Amino acid sequence: MEVRTALGALRLDMKVQIEEGEVVALLGPNGAGKTTLLRTIAGLVPIQSGHVELDGEILEEPATGRYVPTEQRSIGFVFQDYLLFPHLSVLDNVAFGLRARGAGRAEAGRRAMEWIDRVGLENRAGSKPAELSGGERQRVALARALAPDPRVLLLDEPLAALDATTRVAVRRDLKMHLASFSGVRLLVTHDPLEAATVADRLIVMEEGKHVQTGTPVEVTEHPRSRYVADLVGVNLYRGQADHGSVLMPGGQVLAAAGAEAGEVFAVIHPRAVSVHRAKPEGSPRNVWHGRAHGVELYGDRARVMIEGEAPIVAEVTPAALAELKLADGGDVWLSFKATDVSVYPA
Amino acid sequence: MRRERAPIWIAILAAIGAAFFVVPLIGLVVKTPWGDALQSLTSTDTMEALKLSLIASLSATAVSLVLGVPLAWIYARIDFPGRTVLRALTTLPMVLPPVVGGIALFLAFGRRGLVGSLLDTTFGITLPFTTAGVVFAETFVAMPFLVLTVEAGLRSMDRRYEAAARTLGARRWTVFTRVTLPLIAPSLVAGAVLCWARALGEFGATITFAGNFPGVTQTMPLAVYLLLESNHPEGSFILSLLLLLVSLAVLVGLRHRWLGSA
Repeated sequence: MEVRTALGALRLDMKVQIEEGEVVALLGPNGAGKTTLLRTIAGLVPIQSGHVELDGEILEEPATGRYVPTEQRSIGFVFQDYLLFPHLSVLDNVAFGLRARGAGRAEAGRRAMEWIDRVGLENRAGSKPAELSGGERQRVALARALAPDPRVLLLDEPLAALDATTRVAVRRDLKMHLASFSGVRLLVTHDPLEAATVADRLIVMEEGKHVQTGTPVEVTEHPRSRYVADLVGVNLYRGQADHGSVLMPGGQVLAAAGAEAGEVFAVIHPRAVSVHRAKPEGSPRNVWHGRAHGVELYGDRARVMIEGEAPIVAEVTPAALAELKLADGGDVWLSFKATDVSVYPA
Repeated sequence: MRRERAPIWIAILAAIGAAFFVVPLIGLVVKTPWGDALQSLTSTDTMEALKLSLIASLSATAVSLVLGVPLAWIYARIDFPGRTVLRALTTLPMVLPPVVGGIALFLAFGRRGLVGSLLDTTFGITLPFTTAGVVFAETFVAMPFLVLTVEAGLRSMDRRYEAAARTLGARRWTVFTRVTLPLIAPSLVAGAVLCWARALGEFGATITFAGNFPGVTQTMPLAVYLLLESNHPEGSFILSLLLLLVSLAVLVGLRHRWLGSA
C-alpha cells in the first residue's frame, strides 16, 4: 500500500506493506497521521495519489479513478472510543455487520452469539453499550469488527479509552484475540508498551512520514529518531563516524568503540552515564561538562536532565541524587565509557 | 447545597412573564359556561370539526415526516449552490402571515393556479375547498418546524457512527435507516410534535386556501372563530378549552420521554 494525501496541515506520505498473518503496530506521536492512515485504508478519507491494495485487488487508486467504497471493503475497524451503536443491544451491535452484508436475522444472531461467547460476554448480550464497562465495550467492538470475517482488521488506539488498571487485563485479552484472527492486523498506538506486547512488527511514523520499521526488539535497540529514543528512554545522537569516535554537528566529539566511518546513530543508556560535581579523572574516554536542569523519577532511579554542548540524560540512585544535590541544578561533569556507546549506521 | 436565589428584579419580571401565559388560561377555564359544556361538545358540528382537525393535522405531520426528513438530511449533509436561498424559502412559512401563505398556495394550486390548472385538466384533481386542501395548507405552514428541528439534530449527531456502520458493510440507505434515524430519534419526535401542534392550530392558510365548509374543511380553529362571531360566543369557549386540553395532553405525554424534562 502506498498512500499520499493531505489533510489540513498534515501531509501523509506512507508506503506500507503488510503480510498475511502479521500483527503490525503503527507507532507515532499524536498528530503523526496514524489514524488518518487507518482511515484511508478503510476508504473513509480519500487519498490523492498512490494506491491501496488488498490481496492483489486495488481498492483505491486516484490515477485510474478506482475507488471501492468503504462498505464494499473487507475490513473490520475498531474505533478509538469504540462507537458502539447506543440504541442497539450488544447482540444487535455484533450482528450489525452480518445483517448489513445480507445474513438473515436468525443466522446473524447465531453467529453474533458465537462471537459474544468468544469474548466472554454471553450474559451481557441483551445489554445496551451504556451499561457496559470500558473493557467490556472494547471486547464488543472487537467482536463486532470480527464477526463479518474481514480480511483486514484495523484497530485505532484500542486501549486508549481505558483506565490503567483495566488496560493490563484488556491488553492480554486483545493479544489473545488478535492471535486467533488470521488476516492482516494493523494497530495504531502511541503507547510503546502496547505496541511491543501485541505486534510482530512496528512501523514508526512522524509527521505523516515513515521513520523506522522493525521488530519491537530491533526498534528499541536501534532507535532512529528522537521520538523513539525518548519512548525507549535512551540518549540518541547522530553524527559522522571516524574510527573510534563520532563527530556531532555541534562540534562535540563522542568516543565510541564501535565507530568506523559514515553517518551513524549513537546510543548511550542513561545508566552508563556517571555524574560528578568535580572534573573526574579516570578511564572513561568521554568526559563532558554541563548543567543539571531537571530531575525525573524513573522507577527506583532518578533521571537527571543535563544541558551542555549536547544534551544528555543520566540515571543515578536517589542516594547519589541527594549527595550531589542534583535537584538544585548547577554545574556537573559526566563521564561514560567508549564501550558503552552503541553505534549503528544511519 | 444552598438553593440559589433569584435577584429581585429578575424574579418580578419572570413572574410577570409567567402570568402573561397563565392568566388567559385561567380566564378560559373560569369563563367557560360549564352548564352548556356537554351539549356544545357533543353537537355533531363540534365532533366533525374535531375529527377533521385530528385527521388533517396527523396527515400533515405524516406528509411532513416523509418529505421533511429527506429535505433536512439534504440541508445538513449536501453542500450545493443555492442551499442557503432554498433553505430560507422553505423556512419562510414560519414567519410569513399564514393568510399570505394561503393566497400563495391558491395562486399555485388553485383551479386557475400555476400547477393547479394542470392538475385539474390532466388528472381532474382540485385541491381548494377539499380536505386534501386542508392537509396541503397545514403541511405548508407546519413542515418547516420539523425540517429545522431534524436538521439541527442531524448536524449535532456524531457522524462517526455512520462511518462505523459503513466499515461494517452497511450501504447508505441501511446507514440512514438503522443508524442515523435512531440516533436522531429525539429530534425527530420533537420536530414531529412541533409540526403537529402547528398544524392543529392552523387557521389563516387553511381558511384562505381550503375555505370553511363544515365536515370538509372546517377544522377546530375555524369552528371556534365562527362560533365566536355567532349568536352563541360561549360555545367557542368550550371548544377552545378542548383544543387546549388536547395540546396539553400531548405535551405532558411526551415531556418525560423526549422533551428533556428535568
